[in-house]
Amino acid sequence: MSELPEQAIHAALADSRLQEAIYTATGRLVDKRKAVTSPEVLPDYQELRTQAHEIKKHTIENLDYYLELFERHLTANGGKLVWCRDGTEVADFILSLAKQRGARLIVKSKSMTTEEIELNERLEHHGLEAVETDLGEYILQLAHERPYHIVAPALHKTRYDVADIFTEKLGVQREVVIEQQTLIARRVLREKFLAADIGISGANFLVADSGSVAIVENEGNARLSTTAPKIHIAVAGIEKLIPRAQDLAVFLKLLGRSATGQPLTVYTSILSGPRRSTEVDGPDEFYVLLMDNGRTKLLADSQKRQSLYCIRCGACLNICPVYRKIGGHNYPWVYSGPIGAIITPQFHGVMDDPWLPFASSLCGACAEVCPVKIDLPQILLDLRAEVNKAKLREGKNRLEKLAFRLWAWLMQHPKLYEFAGASGAGLLGEEGRWLSQVPLAVGPVKAWLSERELPAPAPKSFRRLWRERRAGRGA
Amino acid sequence: MARETILHRVRTALGRAAGQDPEPAPPPRLRIPESGIDRRVSGFCAALESLAGSATVAHGAEEARQTVAALIAGHTAVASNAPFLAELGVPSLPGVQCGIFDRDELKRACAAADFGITSADYALADTGSLVMISSREEPRLISLLPPRHIAVVPRERILANLDELFTLIPLPSQHSSSLVLITGPSRTADIEQILVRGVHGPGHVHAIIL
Repeated sequence: MSELPEQAIHAALADSRLQEAIYTATGRLVDKRKAVTSPEVLPDYQELRTQAHEIKKHTIENLDYYLELFERHLTANGGKLVWCRDGTEVADFILSLAKQRGARLIVKSKSMTTEEIELNERLEHHGLEAVETDLGEYILQLAHERPYHIVAPALHKTRYDVADIFTEKLGVQREVVIEQQTLIARRVLREKFLAADIGISGANFLVADSGSVAIVENEGNARLSTTAPKIHIAVAGIEKLIPRAQDLAVFLKLLGRSATGQPLTVYTSILSGPRRSTEVDGPDEFYVLLMDNGRTKLLADSQKRQSLYCIRCGACLNICPVYRKIGGHNYPWVYSGPIGAIITPQFHGVMDDPWLPFASSLCGACAEVCPVKIDLPQILLDLRAEVNKAKLREGKNRLEKLAFRLWAWLMQHPKLYEFAGASGAGLLGEEGRWLSQVPLAVGPVKAWLSERELPAPAPKSFRRLWRERRAGRGA
Repeated sequence: MARETILHRVRTALGRAAGQDPEPAPPPRLRIPESGIDRRVSGFCAALESLAGSATVAHGAEEARQTVAALIAGHTAVASNAPFLAELGVPSLPGVQCGIFDRDELKRACAAADFGITSADYALADTGSLVMISSREEPRLISLLPPRHIAVVPRERILANLDELFTLIPLPSQHSSSLVLITGPSRTADIEQILVRGVHGPGHVHAIIL
């Protein structure tokens, strides 16, 4: 069981360079998103969100049907579907395939699903070289860090950090111009693309009726990873299914806009199996590794299963007042921000990080920007309730429970309630005073009042005023 | 078996039986705006230019050929095997390599060339996208490996938007193993959210509309 990482959070808050980096980058993303979703530019934005929500709901509620449909069509396209219960099965399959084919070098395009199972570490442990090719991911792989953000993984790194990392790890001359840094990465990674034996990608959508994998990106590294090597392996969670290729018209419009403020990302690849006999290039072998890794646990709860609608756009991170202060590495898992706060407890169990659903002001901004309309605040509340229930079972929270029992009892006895109110008012003194000034604040009450103020009860309760008025009118 | 385990877990969680039909899916949402060919051409050009790509309208085959020739003058290029490009006389331009049908040879040629020249199966007016359907005539790497990409597209292939594309092509897998939308030059903003073009794909995209 983890505890709120208070020290690390205070360190992040005190680091003004980091604070500026997070605030600037998320701020730019928020502005860009806003500019392309306003009613003037995209009048049917809300309709698109509703349609996306309905399609995801339908797919998730009939998921077994769409999984089998996808399998059938992918197989007909010459691809191979590999079912994986967890990350170990994913890694085992890739390792054995690499061994059979004598493969050593793997190029990878960005995939949160492979981050989730720490695939690179598993592959490298067995002597394979797995190179991240998305610029942000590449920087982090060199720095041995996990992604800070779902969409912009190196969001917390400034050009000076990148200069340090490149100088140290690549042995190049120190370079602080971002264009030049990008060129360095292009040069190093270009050789990897041309020499790689296997390309591994994620998937943004698995299209059931076409048996296709849809991947969006801006750099071209996903296209290269899925085109240049002779083997392409896509790793995807089972929740990535959508029924029809025509549904992409809705999802592609929402994903680019919500993630980076682009009406469409630079590259959208819809890949349907290995190259055909009539085609010149593309991979000879095409695998889709379909992974559960805890997702079926989320399915069982009819309210919370909407967490699986997520299309990983990152909009909820950018807008979240908590994420924007504490950053991505203070969340317990690779999924950070509001979406991380709702899926981590469901994957790992609420008591792994019981503080996590509480690390939110419930302001609702995340739900407002979510392109598939996930009710994040409600799920946070449900998870809080689960944490409290679990704590009670463990015999914790006794005091809180007692306080609420007393409260409930008082509420059921109007006379007593009134008496308690009147004595409170008498004790705490005249109107306009605040409870924070009152020495009565001790224990949990004191903690609660350390950041808040509560007005003292009015000298006369409403009930008393009401009685007095009626008596006055009657006379 | 992982397959049976996962399907069993899914069905148990959802309370569904094996082989049970799904509820009817919400109908697809496809909206195609009415727009004449001239508006599509100007829309496509404006959208691509707003992404720092460039677009030229050529009046006639000779003008298109000369535009390509001017762009690649003094450089090397790999051209796709599209009959449309052959009709324009692109393969015979100086510096142009064409007619490569071997994968490894194509990879080497594209990695060394300054320009990749292709046609496009469609283009999208509202986003400035090129739609590339991989085939013997139109391989994938030509629009990907060289630092500059030139696409020559007949104007009647410009569609209004994604919705029209997926109306014409409801099942991409029936056409090819790869359908790619290219919307402007390759770019990244991974360092400080500062935009840089030409990371891994071409940093320059020129569309010539005929």
